[in-house]
Amino acid sequence: MTAETQDPTHDRGVPDWAWYAGVPVVGVVLYLLYGQLIPFSEWVTGLFPVARDSHTGQAIAFFFYDVPKVLLLLTGIVFVTGVLRSWFSPEKTRAILAGKRQIWGYPLAALLGVFTPFCSCSSVPLFIGFVSAGIPLGVTFSFLIAGPMVGPVGLGLLYGLVGWKIATIYLVFGFTIATVSGYVMGKMGLERYLQDWVREMNAGPVGDLLEERMTLVDRLKVGWEQVREILGKVWVWVLVGIGIGAAIHGYVPEAMMLKIMGGEAWWSVPAAVVVGVPMYTNAAGVIPIVEALLGKGAALGTTLAFMMSVIALSLPEMVILKQVLTYRLIAIFIAVVSLGILATGFLFNFLL
Amino acid sequence: MKTVKVYGPGCKRCEATEAMVKQAASKLGIEVAVEKVTDAKSIAMAGVMSTPGLSVDGKLVHAGGLPDETKLEGWLTA
Repeated sequence: MTAETQDPTHDRGVPDWAWYAGVPVVGVVLYLLYGQLIPFSEWVTGLFPVARDSHTGQAIAFFFYDVPKVLLLLTGIVFVTGVLRSWFSPEKTRAILAGKRQIWGYPLAALLGVFTPFCSCSSVPLFIGFVSAGIPLGVTFSFLIAGPMVGPVGLGLLYGLVGWKIATIYLVFGFTIATVSGYVMGKMGLERYLQDWVREMNAGPVGDLLEERMTLVDRLKVGWEQVREILGKVWVWVLVGIGIGAAIHGYVPEAMMLKIMGGEAWWSVPAAVVVGVPMYTNAAGVIPIVEALLGKGAALGTTLAFMMSVIALSLPEMVILKQVLTYRLIAIFIAVVSLGILATGFLFNFLL
Repeated sequence: MKTVKVYGPGCKRCEATEAMVKQAASKLGIEVAVEKVTDAKSIAMAGVMSTPGLSVDGKLVHAGGLPDETKLEGWLTA
């Protein structure tokens, strides 16, 4: 994770009570600010010399409504997630999964993938750590797919920007794809397509770390560090995503959207996946785009397929995984997950 | 003389960890040899799954994030 280099001593001198008091106070302030989003965006839009209901006026209003909204939501979600995740670690997750050889290993791995803190920069050591502890390859994939796909940041933003129904659908199907893809790959017996040195390491040593004791204040600090780190990293993606969302909201005519991303155009689902996979952003950047697409009448299945392929399959992650997987295995990985995403997309376009 | 290894693929937090170790060592007046391990295979071989990881004299003491300063001084003086 490319954290901003930070002064590790910055919180020295903040007493425990300040944390216990500060967190609820900040929470209330953020909540109150959240209630002022519409007046704020209308006020800012009024400062521009354009008519409110012109294309440009609508785009500006969307932008200045979404930017503070997403930043407020992100702060809250990242903090809560950071605190919750301080009870989990890759080491504990590995110990839990190493004991599960049965079918329950797949959904359990997907569930732990959501809660275990890990960044893509350590996905290689993590992958080897899992495989060398005897965790089946398929179960490891379920874990690796679920992490980004159904991350709390994506779900929380989806909930805040497009509503609980679509957030729930996304959760259920994202989780199912992670579980089933892992299971399918487990059944394919792909161990021989690992890089040679990874297979040879199978009996390798497994480091054990004494668990570090943490107080509640330590956990709150973890949450705060996460907020600093993640917001410091994603704010650019958020602005770009909202900018694109605002352009769609303001300028793209609904008739054109229906033609390209409407339910009638069957090819739009595979096209959404093909466009989505090489796109590299994160949940925080793509969900404002999703919001604008759905608002203009894009079909739910097509939009879900686009969002899932952007978030779950990213080229930089594949490049990192190349160290442990052969091209063939990476291709199978992309193919299986893409099929799951396609199936989800078609299902929703067919049903709705 | 203690041998400290920082395990990590070269992200900013790994560099920050290395700087913390050096700073703590000079503060305590302990001589340390800090070695950065950036190769994925060696990181995994050491049993580190979340980076940055830290070992002192061959013993893994920490993994996953910046170490706590007080704990770090504890490991260096142990």
